[in-house]
Amino acid sequence: MTATEPVDLTGFSVPGRGNGLFDVFRRRYLLRLLVRKGVSTRYRNSALGWGWSYVKPLTQYFIYYFVMGIVLGRNRGIDNFAVYLLAGIIMVNLFNEAFSNATKSIVDNKALVKKIYLPREMFPIAAVIVAFVHFLPQVAVLVVVSALTGWTPSLLELGAILFGALIVVLLASGLGLIFGAVNVSFRDAQNLVEIIRLFATWASPVLYSYVSIAAVMPDWLTRIYMMNPLTSAIELFHYGFWFSTSDGSLQPPPHLLQYSLIGLVIALVVTAIGQLVFRRFERRFAQDL
Amino acid sequence: MDVTKNRPSIIVEHVQKTFLLRHAHSFKEAFISKIKKKKISSSFQALKDIDFTVNEGESVAILGYNGSGKSTLLKLISGVLEPDKGRILTRGRVAGLIEVGAGFHPDLSGRENVYLNAAILGMSKREIDERFDDIVAFSEIEEFIDSEVKHYSSGMFLRLAFSVAIHVELDILLVDEILSVGDAPFREKCRKKIRELVDEGKTMVVVSHDTGTVRDLCDRGIVIRKGEMVFDGPVEEAITALKGK
Ligand SMILES: Nc1ncnc2c1ncn2[C@@H]1O[C@H](COP(=O)(O)OP(=O)(O)O)[C@@H](O)[C@H]1O
Ligand SMILES: [Mg+2]
Repeated sequence: MTATEPVDLTGFSVPGRGNGLFDVFRRRYLLRLLVRKGVSTRYRNSALGWGWSYVKPLTQYFIYYFVMGIVLGRNRGIDNFAVYLLAGIIMVNLFNEAFSNATKSIVDNKALVKKIYLPREMFPIAAVIVAFVHFLPQVAVLVVVSALTGWTPSLLELGAILFGALIVVLLASGLGLIFGAVNVSFRDAQNLVEIIRLFATWASPVLYSYVSIAAVMPDWLTRIYMMNPLTSAIELFHYGFWFSTSDGSLQPPPHLLQYSLIGLVIALVVTAIGQLVFRRFERRFAQDL
Repeated sequence: MDVTKNRPSIIVEHVQKTFLLRHAHSFKEAFISKIKKKKISSSFQALKDIDFTVNEGESVAILGYNGSGKSTLLKLISGVLEPDKGRILTRGRVAGLIEVGAGFHPDLSGRENVYLNAAILGMSKREIDERFDDIVAFSEIEEFIDSEVKHYSSGMFLRLAFSVAIHVELDILLVDEILSVGDAPFREKCRKKIRELVDEGKTMVVVSHDTGTVRDLCDRGIVIRKGEMVFDGPVEEAITALKGK
């Protein structure tokens, strides 16, 4: 029975070897159900349900508005600071949520990962989409507030908004794949995630304007600052939601389009690296969890 | 036997699986071990040079005592684990009754869980829609299908989970100890269902402690002892071989 007569290997495949992210989109139906599960079970057991998840960003928003805007006077030179701040915070929150959900996703789904083979990229991607769903009501609030302050978007502005969101989603997916995979073996990877989240908030023009950072940094550092994909994504959001509501005294940063394209390329590279790292670590998931 | 039936469905070629038991689970621990020059892992060889082929329509029992590596072998065939040496090839859709209910979420209703788990096991929406009624009927919990699974008794939970798994479209079925759970009548029902699949000519790999079940379902037996394959042949002789030495 073990004699090795040559066999025709057509139609055979190696179990457990998928096509990574491509399989996630091939199995869209499962992805949709996982997203729905994520959306409907989160906060299900807390009294306010999804409401809770907005208490924190709202509180954060008012604290920043009061401390940065009024106490420290960061709103000087930024007309309609309320909308400026809101647009930036919503974007950074999308990144932070998506990134940390994705990082935890493999460990959170360990019962499945250990027992059934399915494309594991499914979990971080579903986590990012759940964060995106969470982000939409915040955008609705932003739309209302901008509209009340004179926002009449053109196609260019809508394009900028979508472009910005795309950059953030890609960046968070890529980083989420990397850290989600590393987190399986090194559970303190989450501490690093916290640090990156902190950077995301403070090293991008959310609480101040790019002008004030350019004023205190050498040229080369400003250029690096502008290449941060989050910076261009947030500036795209500012352009889309805020610029037309302001008096125009703070212009969009020079070369925003170029920097946005650089940001997009960086986000794509991070996603590709994320896929590679994930594949390397994936082989050990089932036994390490 | 006709020719097509002689084509293999599962090829296991000189497979070896070693588990690395890691003692460091964080950067901090790994760093400290490095400084103190302590070993951060030790290894355990769970399977050694396993080599066999299962033909289409064959039903094979994997026999062995606890810890001999039976579940590890099934996980390798299902793709959950990867071999360190050798290779495994399968043909067709592989479904595992390895640990049913792994994807169930207590806060979702029975219905939602059926859809979610069937999709996890690889079914499309259309296939699930078609089979939904059969799945529920087989589980015998019709009246609770819309309540949350956390309110189910463990028996009800197992029935539903098993029912989903057994209704998946498949060519190869891997069964691990599953027939030892649940109450006696349901167990019997499951065995009949698996028997039906055997008769339909599905390829089957069964791990079970119950020699009655094994005799009923399988023609061929492979005995594994401490990770080594010590016997491969007719099921009756395999059972003797297991008990003999
Ligand atoms: N993820 C894992 N990490 C380390 N050791 C494992 C892992 N899974 C199984 N083992 C070890 O491999 C051996 C075989 O396990 P298993 O295949 O579950 O045996 P069986 O199913 O035959 O009882 C056992 O000694 C078990 O402790
Ligand atoms: Mg076992």
